[in-house]
Amino acid sequence: MYKAKVNVTLRPSILDPKGKAAHHALQNLGLNDVQQVRIGKFIELDVNADSKEAATKVVESACAQLLANEVMEDYEISFED
Amino acid sequence: MATFGVIVFPGSNCDHDAYHAMKNIMNSKVKFLWHKDTDLSGINFLIVPGGFSYGDYLRSGAIARFSPIMQEVVKFAEKGGPVLGICNGFQILLEAGLIPGAMMHNQDLRFVCKNVSIRCETTDSLFTNTLTKGQVFDIPVSHGEGNYHINESGLKSLQDQDQILFRYSDADGNLTEESNFNGSIDHIAGITNDGRNVLGMMPHPERAMEKLLGSDDGKIIFDSILNSLSVA
Repeated sequence: MYKAKVNVTLRPSILDPKGKAAHHALQNLGLNDVQQVRIGKFIELDVNADSKEAATKVVESACAQLLANEVMEDYEISFED
Repeated sequence: MATFGVIVFPGSNCDHDAYHAMKNIMNSKVKFLWHKDTDLSGINFLIVPGGFSYGDYLRSGAIARFSPIMQEVVKFAEKGGPVLGICNGFQILLEAGLIPGAMMHNQDLRFVCKNVSIRCETTDSLFTNTLTKGQVFDIPVSHGEGNYHINESGLKSLQDQDQILFRYSDADGNLTEESNFNGSIDHIAGITNDGRNVLGMMPHPERAMEKLLGSDDGKIIFDSILNSLSVA
């Protein structure tokens, strides 16, 4: 069993209104050192596979088909050791 | 006489409005199609209605796109069958890849529910062929994620191929910044695919069918559709 972690983030070129709103709230809290906020999604998947390579393929397919919308989002896959 | 099919997902909430509009206002034959149905025989026109299919989990339309009926909708559309996706229906068609682009949260993060003016940009479609270019009409919007996005080359291709059917404008047809309340790229309110048989639009024509309820401007789109189906 492999535990995959997927981070889905809006592409850098895309304005992130939720991140902007959170940034604004942080400024209201006085945390003025925060320069930018981008909000994404974190997804964990438990994958049955014989190798990490095979698990990666499964997760990549999941990301490309469903978990991320590649028109506006990027994704990054990592595994818990 | 053409038969319309209105798809019902768990979480659809404009399915009955669409059904009522077609049956009682447009006097057409109409059938509900459950998301687990796979039989579209006898259906001439599909409506993918608004709502919050599957609770908008993950992204609006992302889960609905994989429901059994959507596989048939894609086949229907690829064979040239006419499909109208309204609001969440538009989002589902985008996720299904029938129309290019994606929806983001409205730029001010607010859910907006109000009547807006939209301008007809082309009459070269089965959805707009009885309208006039530049015609402005008022129908409601009701969405939190209607901020249409597409990359630069995609936008250029939409413009070059005359695929933008509706833009948000003011009541006089001017594309003011204020009229583009959700931040959509190029004021886009509705676009068609390159085959021109699929329309996705955020405003709700099916909610503007009776003067008694505020506006019947939505009827002009269904008049155009019925006109196209009768000559086809």
